[in-house]
Amino acid sequence: MRSTDLGFRIGIGVFAAALLLIVVAIGITLAKDSWLSLQRFGFDFWRTSDWDPVAGEFGALPFIWGTLYSSVLALAIATPVALGIAVFISELCPPMLRAPLIFLTELLAAIPSIVYGLWGIFVLVPAVRAVETGLPEGLRALPLFSGPPFGVGMLAAALILAVMVVPFTSAVAREVLKTVPMTQREAAYALGATRFEAIRAAMFYARTGILGAVMLGFGRALGETMAVTMVIGNNPQVSLSLFAPQYTMAAVIANEFTEAANALYLSALIEIGLVLFIITLLVNVMSRGLIWSMARKLPSKVAA
Amino acid sequence: MLLTACGGGNTQPVTANNSASNPAQGLTINGAGATFPYPIYSKWFSEYNKLHPDVRINYQSIGSGGGIQQIINQTVFFGATDGPMNDEQLKSASGPILHFPTVLGAVVPVYNIPGVTEELKFTGAVLADIYLGKIKKWNDPAVAKLNPGTELPATDITVVHRSDGSGTTYIFVDYLSKVSPQFKSEAGVGTSVKWPAGVGGKGNEGVSGLVTQTPGSIGYVELIYALQNKIPYGAVQNAAGEFVKASVDSVTKAAAAAATTMPPDFRVSITNAQGPGAYPISSFTWLLMYADPKDKASARAMVDFVKWALTDGQKYAADLGYAPLPANVVMLEQAALEQIKAS
Repeated sequence: MRSTDLGFRIGIGVFAAALLLIVVAIGITLAKDSWLSLQRFGFDFWRTSDWDPVAGEFGALPFIWGTLYSSVLALAIATPVALGIAVFISELCPPMLRAPLIFLTELLAAIPSIVYGLWGIFVLVPAVRAVETGLPEGLRALPLFSGPPFGVGMLAAALILAVMVVPFTSAVAREVLKTVPMTQREAAYALGATRFEAIRAAMFYARTGILGAVMLGFGRALGETMAVTMVIGNNPQVSLSLFAPQYTMAAVIANEFTEAANALYLSALIEIGLVLFIITLLVNVMSRGLIWSMARKLPSKVAA
Repeated sequence: MLLTACGGGNTQPVTANNSASNPAQGLTINGAGATFPYPIYSKWFSEYNKLHPDVRINYQSIGSGGGIQQIINQTVFFGATDGPMNDEQLKSASGPILHFPTVLGAVVPVYNIPGVTEELKFTGAVLADIYLGKIKKWNDPAVAKLNPGTELPATDITVVHRSDGSGTTYIFVDYLSKVSPQFKSEAGVGTSVKWPAGVGGKGNEGVSGLVTQTPGSIGYVELIYALQNKIPYGAVQNAAGEFVKASVDSVTKAAAAAATTMPPDFRVSITNAQGPGAYPISSFTWLLMYADPKDKASARAMVDFVKWALTDGQKYAADLGYAPLPANVVMLEQAALEQIKAS
C-alpha cells in the first residue's frame, strides 16, 4: 500500500513539475530568441510607439495598449451578460430550459475564432459602422468617439471579444453558484429576503469564484488573435477612441511573423510574445492575489 | 507561432539519400516560400510529376520571408520569394544563392466610391499621396483632374492596406517609393511598412472585404485575386505617360522593357517600367537555389524542372492570371542555370 502511495505521489509530482518546467522553458526561449531586440531597445521597447520594420525601429506600446484596452472593454461588456446568464441558469431557469441553454452557451465556446472573425467582417463591422455613422455630432466630439467611422476598430474588436468571452465566464460562474450551499439561500429567505436579495446573497458568498471566472475571461481576451486581427483595423496607435483602428500583440505576431526576414525584426516580434507572456503572468498573479485576499476576509468558513 | 514558422522546414529535409538507396521511390524535393505564386507552382509541380513520376516536389507556401529564412538555414532545397533577397540576407547564407524569375504578377488598385461606376485613372503620385493621407477626399482636384468625365463625391477616402507581411505590399510600396520621394522617406520598401494612414486587412481577402464594404475606400490586391473574384480595378499611369490597366499582356510588356537592362543576378525591380504599354506595378517572382548545392541528385532534378518551367511550363501561366516571362529573360535564365553545380 505504502509503495503504491509513494509511486502515486512521485507520478503526480512529475506532472506538476513538468507544467512548471514548460512555463519556465517558454519564458527562457522567448527571452533568448528576443535577445537582439532586448539589447537594442531595452526598456524603451515598452514605452515607444514607433513600429517601423523598414527602418528597424520597434516599440511595443501601441500593441500593449491595444491588447489591454480591448480586453478591458470586452470584459466590461461581457461580465454583466455572462453573470446574468449564469444566475438565470443556476437560480431562475425552468428545469426544462436549463440543458438547452447550457448547451448553447457552450456551443459559443466551441466556434473557431476564424469563424468569429468572418462573422465580424461580414455582420458585426457593417453594423458597427452604421451605429458609428449614426452617432450625433455632439457625441462625436468626445475623445471616446473621435475619428472617422471605419467600422473596423476598437469597438468591433471589443464586441467580438465580448461574445467570445461570455461562454467561459458564464460557465465557470454557473459552476461556482452551484457550489453555494442551499442553506445560504434558505437562511436569506428565512430572514424575509426577496428573491433578488437571496440571489445577491448567494453571489456575495461566491464572489471569489465569480472573480476567478471574470479573470479567466480576461486571460482569454488577452490572447485572442485571429478574430481580433480581422476586425480591429491593425493600425498601431495609442488612442482612447472606440472608432480608431488599433492593434494587439497577438495580432501583430500573427500578421508579421511569416514575413519577418531579418534578425532584429524577428527578435522584436518574439519580444512582443515575451511582453504578452509577462503581462498574462502579471494579470494571473494579480487576480490570484485578489482572490486570495478576498477569501481570507470571507466571514464564514463553515461551507469550506 | 514559432512552431508554425519552423514547421515547414522540419517536415523532412531533402530526402535524396533515401532515394539513392531506393530508386523506385523516386526523389522528393522540398521547397518553401511565397504564397503569391503558389497556384502556378502547385500546377507546375503536379504537371511535372505526371511527366517525371520519379520526381516529387513539395512546396509550402509560408510567405516570402519564411522562404528566405529557410533557404538560408538550409532546411529546404529551394526557396521562393516575391521580393529579391537583399545583400545582407545573401551574405548570411552559407553559399552563393541564385535568383530565378519564374512568372510575373501585378498589383492593382481597387476602390469603392458611392455613385461611381466608371473605371478610375490614377497616377503614381496620386496613389502615393492617398496612401500618405495627403489626399483625403475623392473630389480632390488631383483625382478629379485625372478623371474628367466622372462625378466624384466629396466622400472621405478610407485607405486600406495589408496588415500581414506580404509580397503584394512589397511590390506596391516599391512602386510608390519610386514615384514619391516622400513615400520613400515616410514608409519605405518592405513586406511590412509603417503605414502613414488607414486600416489594415489580413490577406487579399481582408483588403477586398474591407473595400467592398466601406464606402469611399481604396485598397490594393494582386491582379490574379481581382480577376478571380471579378473585382473591378483602376488604371495606372506608366512611365511613358499612358494609363494602363493591368493584364497578362501589359505585365509582360513591363518585363520585356526591363529585360534589356536585366542584371546578371536577376534581382531587378520592374515597377514603374519604361516602355509603351507596360503596367507600372508589376513584378517578377523568384525561385531561390544554392549555386553549389550539397545534394547533387536534387540539384539535377531541380535544374531540369526549372528548364521545363521556363519553357513548356509557361503556357499554364496566363490561365491562372500570371504573365509569362518574355523570351529574352528565358534565354538569360537558361544560361544562368548552367552555373548550378549539379554534378
